[in-house]
Amino acid sequence: MKLYEIFIRAKSGLNHRHVGSLHAADPQMALQNARDVYTRREEGVSIWVVEAAAITASNPEQSEAWFDPAADKIYRHPTFYPLDEEVDNM
Amino acid sequence: MYSQGLQDAKGGQEPEGLLKAFQKRIDNEEKIEPRDWMPEAYRKTLIRQMSQHAHSEIVGQLPEGNWITRAPTLKRKMILLAKVQDEAGHGLYIYSATETLGISRDEMTRQLLSGEAKYSSIFNYPTPSWADMGAIGWLVDGAAIMNQVPLCRASYGPYARSMVRICKEESFHQRQGYDIMTVLARGSRAQKKMAQDALNRFWWPALMMFGPSDKDSTHSAQSMQWKIKRFSNDDLRQKFIDATVPQAEHLGLTIPDKDLKWNEERGHYDFGEIDWQEFIQVIKGNGPCNKQRLAARQKAHDEGEWVRKAAEIYQQNQQDTV
Repeated sequence: MKLYEIFIRAKSGLNHRHVGSLHAADPQMALQNARDVYTRREEGVSIWVVEAAAITASNPEQSEAWFDPAADKIYRHPTFYPLDEEVDNM
Repeated sequence: MYSQGLQDAKGGQEPEGLLKAFQKRIDNEEKIEPRDWMPEAYRKTLIRQMSQHAHSEIVGQLPEGNWITRAPTLKRKMILLAKVQDEAGHGLYIYSATETLGISRDEMTRQLLSGEAKYSSIFNYPTPSWADMGAIGWLVDGAAIMNQVPLCRASYGPYARSMVRICKEESFHQRQGYDIMTVLARGSRAQKKMAQDALNRFWWPALMMFGPSDKDSTHSAQSMQWKIKRFSNDDLRQKFIDATVPQAEHLGLTIPDKDLKWNEERGHYDFGEIDWQEFIQVIKGNGPCNKQRLAARQKAHDEGEWVRKAAEIYQQNQQDTV
């Protein structure tokens, strides 16, 4: 059977969040199993199931090249810009 | 519910630089995620520990499942059913986390059924009395919680996350067990005797759940260094005893250990010698119920085969119609 990754929205207003995976023959079975495995205590109001094979992920070995450039762009943050005391918050 | 019997996995030659960088991440309390580089020995150790943990959850359903149809009231039956369903869920969370390390579910099932993979020794003890449901929840799940709470901070992300879920649910298991013991201990003389008898039988096996004494535990140091394990077997066992003795006293039940006494100087209870020969025999497969437990798993696996086949054919048909 196929591997499905399970995402659950805890309550409306929040994002769906990855909680784990399970095996199922089709998306409908994956949904039903996810209901039983991952929401026995009102953990969710909505479930997404995604075939694991359908997910394309970034490569951890390239994470420096991918994510480090953001570190030296501190001008993207408001605290980079000093404000006169009189203005205080902005 | 929890696992034991970690062994060292001796890795082959791996680049010194990678190993050092890996240990540095661990020392900095960074979590390791599935696609990150990890030493082969770390992967093997985790696969062994996590699959045994998952197997323990699955086999752990058996001693209690036996009592679902015999529960004394409808309320107790519903609670027990929910608890056993949780154990199945816990097994699935951990199986799914273990698969991220590159082992298939089928292979893990094969290792359990062939006896290659172990599961917690505690589930090889029989449950002839309803009070055993109380003792298991109170003591066995109580010991499991002691073990599992530190695992919520284990260095491997998927394992730690599954433990967080499990610990949240496990606490109901322990309380419902203590609740059963409370009702029995405050009931008729015969009921109190049942509760005491269950405590007598489950006390020592529950202490064995923490694994061999530190002086005999050869594999702990590496697991501690990798932050898979955070506390030693003996420390956790002591913590469990210190927490549980007052709970027994509160119910007027007697811990079956004549050497048990509070040590003012240490600030802990002293306790008697554990029968490690018994522990070794049970681990080896010679416990009272090892054969029944594996036979029950094998039977369930065999009888479920047509379901697995039907699901596969259904999956094939779905693809063909697309």
